[in-house]
Amino acid sequence: MGILESLKALLFGKHDVSEGKKDEKPEPAVQKAEPVKTESVPATEKPADVIVEKKASIIQEPKEEKPVAEKITVGHVHMSGCTGCLVSFADNYEGLLTILDKYADLVYCLTLADVRHIPEMDVALVEGSVCINDHLSVEEIIETRKNSKIVVALGGCACYGNITRFCRGGQMNQPQHEGFLPIGDLIDVDVYIPGCAPTPQQIRNVCVMAYLLLKGNDEQKALAGAYLTPFMNLAKAGTEACGCDIMTQVINQGLCMGCGSCAAACPVRAISMEYGKPQIERDLCIKCGACYAQCPRSFFSFDVVNQYEAIMDAIDAAMQP
Amino acid sequence: MVLGNYKQVVAARSTDPEILRGAQDGGIVTQLFAYALDAGIIDGAIVAGPSDEPFKPEPMVATTREELMASRGTRYSISPNMSLIKEVTRSYGLDKVGVVGTPCQMQALRKGQLYPVGLRDVPDKIALAVGIFCMENFPYQGIIQLVEDHGATKLDNVRKLDIGKGKFWIYTERGATVDLPLKVTHKYEQPGCHVCLDYVANLADISTGSVGAPDGWSTIFVRSAKGDDIWAKAIAAGAFETKPIESVKPGIDLVTKLATDKITKNQKYLESRATEYGVGKALRNPYI
Repeated sequence: MGILESLKALLFGKHDVSEGKKDEKPEPAVQKAEPVKTESVPATEKPADVIVEKKASIIQEPKEEKPVAEKITVGHVHMSGCTGCLVSFADNYEGLLTILDKYADLVYCLTLADVRHIPEMDVALVEGSVCINDHLSVEEIIETRKNSKIVVALGGCACYGNITRFCRGGQMNQPQHEGFLPIGDLIDVDVYIPGCAPTPQQIRNVCVMAYLLLKGNDEQKALAGAYLTPFMNLAKAGTEACGCDIMTQVINQGLCMGCGSCAAACPVRAISMEYGKPQIERDLCIKCGACYAQCPRSFFSFDVVNQYEAIMDAIDAAMQP
Repeated sequence: MVLGNYKQVVAARSTDPEILRGAQDGGIVTQLFAYALDAGIIDGAIVAGPSDEPFKPEPMVATTREELMASRGTRYSISPNMSLIKEVTRSYGLDKVGVVGTPCQMQALRKGQLYPVGLRDVPDKIALAVGIFCMENFPYQGIIQLVEDHGATKLDNVRKLDIGKGKFWIYTERGATVDLPLKVTHKYEQPGCHVCLDYVANLADISTGSVGAPDGWSTIFVRSAKGDDIWAKAIAAGAFETKPIESVKPGIDLVTKLATDKITKNQKYLESRATEYGVGKALRNPYI
């Protein structure tokens, strides 16, 4: 409970935040320092230059006051995806605004902002798989890894290929664009958020937890780490998913108890429950990985789930504008 | 911690004789949902409804008292209640969902709320989760084996099934009673139950079951803030008759004993999966 109390303390009072920050390994300065430079460098070179000073004040004055001292930087990287994952993020409605107000600066997102090139980011939310026949795509995913502390595969395509698993080229006007791989086959991925589409609530939870992991004190980091561990383990486990996972990893392993979560999670109704066990229509399955990730017998942490009430309350509190 | 977190534990039964008539024990689940429906706490509940086959449960969204009444009684077979957890917020259009389930289904529900991978908008719409005690469950074909083969009783004629006092009980419509030693039931248990580490639905808002309370009564654990609030309102509305758990036999000690037995046995099986199945290999453990 100590963890959760301090989580609440973090979300309402902000005293512990900077302390935790100091414990962290040194990070490259992510915030753009440009305005400061233009102010200080020319000032020493040309002490009489009034115009430069004005410029500096113009840049600084309208700067919004940040209610939280330390935000993390988040980018949305769009590979071969459908933008549905980003829409899902936006479907947090005012929750998205709260996240952007309090916890995260959106430093890159071609859909929403005109930053053209992938900057340095604390968290990269990568949507879509990678077309290996498209050089730019391959360069972008490599650049994303280089520029990000945490790479999150957002959605079924980035995690597992999803519908792009079925691509085989032969369409105008790039018939040679036939090879698509989940991002984890090209770069190391830290966290998976499976699902097609991933849910707004899941993306929100990961954002809040990523914030605590990067900016919280030790206890908050421990909580965030415990929360994110299953999604980190999924990222380590591989890049293939299918309704078959319910068979190979759950039923075949003697772990299925017929709760029906997989059937509820499936976005294409490929799973029905026959005499209490999943029946999977594999030709309907789009390989998104939601069924296995949602199954309580894929991963289940008593440490985290036993505290569901406090964690949900804390996330709700964090989402208050 | 074998009984989980709880704010209070009591023995109780419904004050509604009509509910009690078809209830397994004290009519707690049916009465709680009936009250919550009336009070607007929920606008429907996922329950184990009847199906075409006798004693084969079918998950159902109940939005009326009549539908709740039809789902009274324990079926001792798998009802995948979680399979409706998203649909209930979609085509059924419910905002305040009630759900009843076994401990594993409560685990699935809470995991779904904390990690909603494929359950968009579900986390915030769970208004009341009622958990039932569960030692193990059976595939439907196992129940047929037990009743029709071991019990030599036609399943169509069965009025009630019960596991209690160390036996599997079959009560027929015409008044006959057959009991089987639990030993014969073991091989029909659902294998996935043997890794379960929860007896009294630790993650429910309110848990209920027969063990600990006298016949016709139930043992109740009120666990979450939500559960506490609803239980207090239901008591104030006169929905339940209660007794302190200390005043009834066999009481909480038996619940603790059975919970400890279940968890110890299944923990041991989990360990054996890591060491005794295969050479240099282990079966998967979902809890690590």
